[in-house]
Amino acid sequence: MKKILELKNLKKHYPVISGVLRRQVNSVKALDGIDLDIYRGECLGMVGESGCGKTTTGKVIIRLQDPTSGHTIYHPESNGLPADISSMSRRAMKKAGIRGKLQMVFQDPATSMNPRMLVKHIIAEPIREQVRLGSRELEDRITGLLELVGLSKSHLLRYPHEFSGGQRQRIAVARAIAVNPEFIVLDEPTSALDVSVQAQILNLLRKLQKELGLTYLFITHHLLVVKYISNRVAVMYLGKIVEIADTRDIFSHPLHPYTHALLSGIPVPDAEHKSRRMILTGDVPSPLNPPDGCRFHTRCPFVTDQCRKREPLLETVQDGHKAACHRKSEIQKQLVL
Amino acid sequence: MAKLLETIDLVTNFHTYEGIVNALNKVSLFADHGVTFGLVGESGCGKSVFVRSVMRIVQEPGMIEGGKVILFPDKKETKTAVNLLDQSEAYMESLRGDLISMIFQEPNAALNPIMSIGEQVAESFLFHRKQEMCRKIAEELDSSECRTIPLLRHFQKSVYQIAEKNPDAFVLKLLSRIPVLKRWEKRLIQEAMDRSAEIIGKLGIPNPEDILRSYPHNLSGGMKQRIVIAIALACSPILLIADEATSNLDVTIQAQILEMLRQLKHTEISSILFITHDLGVVAEICDRVGVMYAGNLCEVADVRDIFRSPRHPYTYALLSSVPRLFQEGELQSIEGSVPNLISPPSGCRFHPRCPRAGDICREKLPELEEVGNNHYVACWKI
Repeated sequence: MKKILELKNLKKHYPVISGVLRRQVNSVKALDGIDLDIYRGECLGMVGESGCGKTTTGKVIIRLQDPTSGHTIYHPESNGLPADISSMSRRAMKKAGIRGKLQMVFQDPATSMNPRMLVKHIIAEPIREQVRLGSRELEDRITGLLELVGLSKSHLLRYPHEFSGGQRQRIAVARAIAVNPEFIVLDEPTSALDVSVQAQILNLLRKLQKELGLTYLFITHHLLVVKYISNRVAVMYLGKIVEIADTRDIFSHPLHPYTHALLSGIPVPDAEHKSRRMILTGDVPSPLNPPDGCRFHTRCPFVTDQCRKREPLLETVQDGHKAACHRKSEIQKQLVL
Repeated sequence: MAKLLETIDLVTNFHTYEGIVNALNKVSLFADHGVTFGLVGESGCGKSVFVRSVMRIVQEPGMIEGGKVILFPDKKETKTAVNLLDQSEAYMESLRGDLISMIFQEPNAALNPIMSIGEQVAESFLFHRKQEMCRKIAEELDSSECRTIPLLRHFQKSVYQIAEKNPDAFVLKLLSRIPVLKRWEKRLIQEAMDRSAEIIGKLGIPNPEDILRSYPHNLSGGMKQRIVIAIALACSPILLIADEATSNLDVTIQAQILEMLRQLKHTEISSILFITHDLGVVAEICDRVGVMYAGNLCEVADVRDIFRSPRHPYTYALLSSVPRLFQEGELQSIEGSVPNLISPPSGCRFHPRCPRAGDICREKLPELEEVGNNHYVACWKI
């Protein structure tokens, strides 16, 4: 498979400034060295608890925020030269046509759209940035997009507040696919929606991926949604990826104890399902001062001295299954889902 | 089993500028003693309005416009039953947080940011258990272990005896205006704090004394939710209402809280009314489930029956639209969206989205009927 994006030791630290001299005293390590390859045509799920840096990853990849250090390398489709997005200027990105290739759908459709713009203008905005079209052509294109996401021409001249949550999210998706992107970051696209509407949107996203050949980075905290939509899953904890594998692998035999805890913590909608549960104690430590050694050691039931001192690397265990844990081989025998 | 709470034809309307929103349309439901009752439904279906109506804390412009809410505080005596809608506001005030208490959805919003945790937990003891605590302190002052100057001791004892008889006595109000003498309450507050520390300790929070002195912003989300639960459990209620208690928490924290509630179920609380939109959580902790749609109750059954053989088409659709751990093929989604309750559909409110809808569904509202084994369904086409 061909890569579309390659992240190399990507970091994003938000400075904490205090004192009279406004000096930087500390930093929030939202992303602390991420290595990740995203392949063309896949849907990569990214899960983790709140505050673990999922959204920051998405934003840094498409350069809504600038990374502190590290590289994001974009491989164009037709054998063009790979480009390092992380150090390009915004104008250069636009000139090279990369901006339009990387798009994003935000979490809450109620706040991600300008309430004073008509649906027509909301969807037209990204198209206008890229190409010059006559008004009739533009309208035809917008109508086509609306029909693609399951709305109709009659919705063109309405304001966002006139729509329900699910419909609004459809408009947000239409806006993201308006400029023929290759890669879309979906930042919790269904968590603000109801269960029945969530299913509609998930099915829509699947359909669009097939029809348009899109690559998704699906960010969510809902593991069952990830299971449904993604091919591969990356699990994040405190600014690091702790495990990455094919969806089937990760759900059938997780290697990292944190992944195991996440999976066993899912409430299963089935009254007869009684699983053995691994309940973690305590909370996620603050990303201001992440713990030494393995970041998970404060909550891990299998902790040893080695974990407290040395940070484990993300190592390949089987083909495509990577985990960052010192004791992964021993633990796997003890943990049976 | 003995009934604990019963609502009969409860109607709650919101009078807005756009029209009357019929949020609860004749909801009849009962929950037994010792049962965890789950109420599920999508947002806007009236779950929260239902519990708020039970507690009589529906906010303006909402009005409870009909029906009965009957509470049976005693397991054996059905005569002690009270219709909460007939009672005075003062009675309801003494009831809330004592017999019935509630956990709210957002722990950040439920806690007061400028009061310490201790003050907030102690508040419910000071409000509901004042007389009992005063009696206890008066007895302690009597005993020889108490080390105070005899004169002061006599004074305190008499003050606490007055407070025990009548907490709102004029003398007490007068005393609390006089700088030195108003310190008589110190012992009372200390007693309330001790009890708070005890209840917080019971919820598995380490160092309760330190937590009591901290403020909400010092604590993490899961910890705050525990404090909110501690406040709700303070006066050992007979019914605990949890309104989306775990919805805003992370998976691992949610698992902690659910486990805690399950343990408390054995020791502290008898009955929980659990409101959620997450069917997983329902399967996890509830014994009995009610499914709501657009202000109506569609189905009530034991949790196993709901998941094994849902009878109402909405329950069925809701269950098949949740992604499963062993999901195969496409997710089934329900077409359309939840109707606007200002002008709800005629007849059965689910008929525009229902695959089985017929003529009768468009005309008449189905009533909840028993279809066997304590399983109630409101549908014409069962």
